[in-house]
Amino acid sequence: MPKIALVGMGYTGFTRSSEHLSFREMVYQAAVKAYNDAGGIDPRRDVDAFISCQEDFWEGVSISDEFAPDQLGGVLKPVYTVTGDGLHCVANAYMMIRSGVADIVVVESHGKPSEIISMSDIVWFSTDPIYVRPLKLPNPHALQALEARVYMRSRGLRREDLGLYVIQSLGNALLSDRAPYAAKLDLDGYLEAEYVVDPLTAYDIARYSDAAIVAVVASEEIARKLTDQPVWIDGVGWATEISTISMRSMEEDVATKLAARMAYDQANVKDPRREFDFAEVDERYSYKAIQAIEALGLARIDTVASDLRDGSFSRSGSLPVNPSGGALGEGVPLEAHGLARLLSAYEQLRGRAGRAQLSDAEKAVVHGWRGLGTSSSIVLVLSR
Amino acid sequence: MKMNVYVKKRVAVVGAGLTLFRRRMLETPQELAWIAAKRALDQAGLELKDIDCVVSGSAPDAFDGVHLKGEYYSEGAGAIGKPHLRVYVGGGTGVFVPIAAWWHVASGLCRRVLVVAEEKMSSAADPHPQAVFRHIWDPITEKPLNPNLIWIFALEMHRYMHKCRVSKEDIALVSVKNKRNALDNPYAQAGANITVEDVLKSELLVYPVNRLDISPVSDGAAALVMVSEEWARRLTDTPIWVEGIGYTLDTSYWTNRELSFPVYLKNAAEMAYKMAGIERPMKEIDVAEPYDPFDYKELHHLEGLGLAPRCGAAEMTREGVTQRDGDLPVCPSGGLLGVGNPIAAAGLMKVAEIFWQLRGEAGKRQVKKDAVTGLAQAWGDLMQVGTVVIMRR
Amino acid sequence: MGVSIRGGTPLRDEEFRAVIKEIDSPRARYSMAAGIAYSRFLEGLKRGEILGTYCPSCRLVHIPPKIYCPYCFKHLTRWVRASDEGRVVTAVVSYLSATLETLEKPEIIGIIRLDVPGHRFSSYRFPGILHRICGASEDDVKTQRIFDARVKARWLPEDKRTGSINDIECFEVIWG
Repeated sequence: MPKIALVGMGYTGFTRSSEHLSFREMVYQAAVKAYNDAGGIDPRRDVDAFISCQEDFWEGVSISDEFAPDQLGGVLKPVYTVTGDGLHCVANAYMMIRSGVADIVVVESHGKPSEIISMSDIVWFSTDPIYVRPLKLPNPHALQALEARVYMRSRGLRREDLGLYVIQSLGNALLSDRAPYAAKLDLDGYLEAEYVVDPLTAYDIARYSDAAIVAVVASEEIARKLTDQPVWIDGVGWATEISTISMRSMEEDVATKLAARMAYDQANVKDPRREFDFAEVDERYSYKAIQAIEALGLARIDTVASDLRDGSFSRSGSLPVNPSGGALGEGVPLEAHGLARLLSAYEQLRGRAGRAQLSDAEKAVVHGWRGLGTSSSIVLVLSR
Repeated sequence: MKMNVYVKKRVAVVGAGLTLFRRRMLETPQELAWIAAKRALDQAGLELKDIDCVVSGSAPDAFDGVHLKGEYYSEGAGAIGKPHLRVYVGGGTGVFVPIAAWWHVASGLCRRVLVVAEEKMSSAADPHPQAVFRHIWDPITEKPLNPNLIWIFALEMHRYMHKCRVSKEDIALVSVKNKRNALDNPYAQAGANITVEDVLKSELLVYPVNRLDISPVSDGAAALVMVSEEWARRLTDTPIWVEGIGYTLDTSYWTNRELSFPVYLKNAAEMAYKMAGIERPMKEIDVAEPYDPFDYKELHHLEGLGLAPRCGAAEMTREGVTQRDGDLPVCPSGGLLGVGNPIAAAGLMKVAEIFWQLRGEAGKRQVKKDAVTGLAQAWGDLMQVGTVVIMRR
Repeated sequence: MGVSIRGGTPLRDEEFRAVIKEIDSPRARYSMAAGIAYSRFLEGLKRGEILGTYCPSCRLVHIPPKIYCPYCFKHLTRWVRASDEGRVVTAVVSYLSATLETLEKPEIIGIIRLDVPGHRFSSYRFPGILHRICGASEDDVKTQRIFDARVKARWLPEDKRTGSINDIECFEVIWG
């Protein structure tokens, strides 16, 4: 099977707001950078298809794919949207190239949460309209807090452990150029914070940021022509569990587990704890990152807590997780968040992560989750 | 357009299922998806446990009234514990879902894929489901003009009428034909024996569009099972092969271009024809289901698809070429005008109809000629999207 | 066809009214940035000017403007002022409001191909704008007499303009 590579990426934003640019202009700027990074490709001539990952209610537009093509250079060419995380778009690009219908595919996702005035209402609007929504919980995070409680109890995790994760991730984010919420925090500071919803404080819940990210995916033959440093996509897996939280397991992240199995099968990963040099995981909630680490097979159920306390997932540990920060430091640009994780992995694997560069970065696992109201996960295996 | 057509794997449809298309259904979006999916699985002789991946489609979330609607209906679509993606190109979605399913299979990642499209428009009840379309416009340059959905199509229809010298009577013939075809369709919502005069005398909405020029608002779902060649041979003696896929999206700035001819569809069709090895579509396509949410759109699309000469689709229709017993039967299902228009489900219904036609399973709707190659097409957005699937027996 | 289950349960209007429902009207509010190109466009409208960006490679004027050309993807920096006159490309008569209630007085809507001094465009790609048309009758639309008619923007008085597409009241037909 011919290999498939990531050959270029570009981004704009990772700011709390972006009032001076329309989302189309943000995407345009990110696209120009990505095309330049991919050896200076011309989207009008060189690209076979364009995919945008977005959701109507995030955009404030019905049928938001109407506004996808122009800013990517995709007019009158194959363009479509996937209502998923940006990494779901990468999965489609991967399948298209493997099937032979395309050689170069451009993937885009963006989020301008600063433009959504009624964010909490929109988030709540994703819950089941009959079973959950009429409960009108004052804070949607309560749904995730329920899961956090169950998970923490089953794995012997204490609030101090969540704190450890948060301190580590916000500290790593200090090494990043795109982390408006990076901070130097200590455990006392963490423990003093008030609950948003017990057991989660504001430190445990990622905030939002505006960003647009574009990636260029290519077949092996094209990749070798465009760049000396292709980042190979060795496997992609994704899975969906029931979205209503009361109807599925809260003890483990089944969707991530299934997605990882699918990706590892393709990439021939047998022992994830030893094979990966680092991991980029979704950390919209602190506990959710720990749950993902476990579901990705990077820690065992019975030792995930002690591994965390031992610093296994710190930058100097055996398996650094989010070595340049994650959602907690960067903020969540909605469906672009998975591509933010991909971007960090891409930079590490090319040795271009700046101050955040790890000495050993040859193989990585990247994880995405679609956030509150969903149980859809996606996993990529990358190597250089 | 550069497109690698050296495709390695064949992909087949082995089962299809529909719900009834109706103005209001009791079932939730999840239940509608389940009914269609179950029927498609039944026809394929498979169970949900046999399915590797699910691909789904649905148009605006605002209809069903759920944000992230793909996550919500996934359990009805059989997607729990499986890889599931929802794709979205507005009205073009229904025909795009099998396109995306095609590369799920052709990539070798999935062998048996459940393809589901669902729409429950009646959930958007206040004041009318059409109100959702208030939010499709450019929020800064168009929405402040307070447009309604029909404007945009009326503007295109009138441009087409002007440029191609097509009369309202010519266009109404499409509505008459499709609604009559739908009388033979057990799933249809708007089958009727009407005359051109009935169309012209129906309520005037936005000149030149009258009530009977438009398909109705509907609830419904449709599903297919698509599989690899190996599984197709194992499951059935009559697989229907998906031989060509094509899709393009034109600029968002729809007021900046000629509307009388759909270039986006021409490009999409050329892509699909090239992949399917079709050089003379007018001769090689035996039966077609172009997208007909408005009657003029069938004419417009036949021309974009190269199945009628430019400005020549009205004449073909007048001469009866597009009737079920004609040389090129068009919308033998009854189309959106006759069967109904639960948006994404309506597009996928067209693919299901071609599947049944090519298998000779369309019952009273079966076209007279021996149909070997068929085409289904949908369209959407601000007159931007063309999605095309070509299938062969 | 393997029809082993019913195809669903249609409801008549009175049945629909009777079934148990959850009724919800989501609060969905947004504040959307106009961005670089649209901001300048809207500021222009406030001054009574229709501005576009010019692509020298494609020789196109983009209205509404954008900072990139969708056809060649080049960055656009040259601004041009279009005339507030043009010709009707297509037009319709709307008897319905945005939410499909019947209008007391029907509206004429059209696409106007704007003139830009010093520039010529094909009928395939041109600076076109969606707007109301005034000074024409329903009959002018139905007979297609309105096609290619010359129109000129009727502006709101300067002190009433807010930087909106509605600073133009309508495009008025200049018969003759």
